[in-house]
Amino acid sequence: MATISSVRKFIQGNVLAQKQNVTLSDDDDIFRLGFVNSMMALKLVTFIEKEFNIKVADDELDISTFSTISQIRQFLQRKLGNPIES
Amino acid sequence: MTQATGKDVKCVVWDLDGTLWDGVLTESGTVALKPEIPTILRTLDERGILLSIASKNNFEDAAAKLREEGLWDYFLYPEIHWGAKSESIARIRQNLNIGADSILFIDDDPFERDEVATTHTEVQCAAAETYGELVADRRLIPRFITSDSARRRQMYVEDDQRKRAEETFTGPNEAFLESLGMRFAISRAGEHDLERAVELTVRTNQLNATGKTYSYEELDAFRRSDRHALYMCELTDVYGSYGKIGLALVEKNETTWHLRLLLMSCRVMSRGVGTVLLGFIMREAARAGVRLLADFVPTDRNRAMLVAFKFNGFRDTDTRDGSAPSDTLKILEADLSRAPPFPDYLVVTTPSQIEEEAARTPVKSRQDRQVNQP
Repeated sequence: MATISSVRKFIQGNVLAQKQNVTLSDDDDIFRLGFVNSMMALKLVTFIEKEFNIKVADDELDISTFSTISQIRQFLQRKLGNPIES
Repeated sequence: MTQATGKDVKCVVWDLDGTLWDGVLTESGTVALKPEIPTILRTLDERGILLSIASKNNFEDAAAKLREEGLWDYFLYPEIHWGAKSESIARIRQNLNIGADSILFIDDDPFERDEVATTHTEVQCAAAETYGELVADRRLIPRFITSDSARRRQMYVEDDQRKRAEETFTGPNEAFLESLGMRFAISRAGEHDLERAVELTVRTNQLNATGKTYSYEELDAFRRSDRHALYMCELTDVYGSYGKIGLALVEKNETTWHLRLLLMSCRVMSRGVGTVLLGFIMREAARAGVRLLADFVPTDRNRAMLVAFKFNGFRDTDTRDGSAPSDTLKILEADLSRAPPFPDYLVVTTPSQIEEEAARTPVKSRQDRQVNQP
């Protein structure tokens, strides 16, 4: 069962690995926090697709959808039609 | 007979026993290169066709034999071991970051060709006895041989040195990028850039906004036109030059700029430079006080480019669906307040700086400049 904590872990491991002593809250904008370039964004989208077995459509590719953990969770809930475990 | 149809080949993967040489190395220890092999390898290499190996052999013995023949350096990421060739091809493909359909696998054993073809339906296969036809095969004759194509193998070798440096680098990725001392030069395309520009439109799949190819004449007309700007980018670092790796075409009128073409070589994907050119154009548009639109045609490989647009302030305004996905055209519009900043680990030079510098620089010292060399 995929949960939002796997997304948090992925972001911590990939995005914040660059930053010392940053803890990530669910409403922090990961694109403002630091090192997220387009490659990283693509990796994040691909990870979420694999992890939750969904396809993010072209018109769903929007920075605001993926900019915080809360937003990602809401997107997944809309997409999967059920609450996502923490 | 080799089929002269099929996609352009970027890499030829060679079997050894019975293909590159007559005989079986582990059985006899003495094998003889097939006639003309050194010439064929050199010819393909000079054209910028990459060469690799997928052979079931002892690595050390095969490498020693190829060194003795003076051929070892031609091959990038050779796979010489007893594992399945389909896996060897997968690794070569991954290491070179090229599409399966641009690989030609040549082997004398029908079993091996089948094993590869079954796993990788897009890989093109050839029987060893047709090796003599390779140099005349249309799939292996690029339209232009540019200075970048002639240096292609060297660039992959430099890339490999970077990769090793990256693997042994302890510390954050940004610090590693910092250590490369990258310089990203954006300039207006000159006539000497056109062949490479055509080559980029043909060879670039992943970071390519439209997948359209252009002829030399078309690009030349854009370069001369007052209503267009054709930008070319070169990336260099401490290991050498990545060559000319980016291209953009902007169509301009009083109120609107329209990005008709934007591409970036996949070799620089991991360098965090993908949005430098886009950011530059966004800032130029903001300065000119115009709207900025961009064409995007989805292909099966260029999603990375759509992500780059969408995550850097572009949104959909209009989608024209065609009957096939390749006829679909999205028009995106930029929010110019959200132009991505140039990364800190990079020195960017822009056309106006280059022109100013050229105007200031006495001619005799101009050859020392890194920027804009043909």
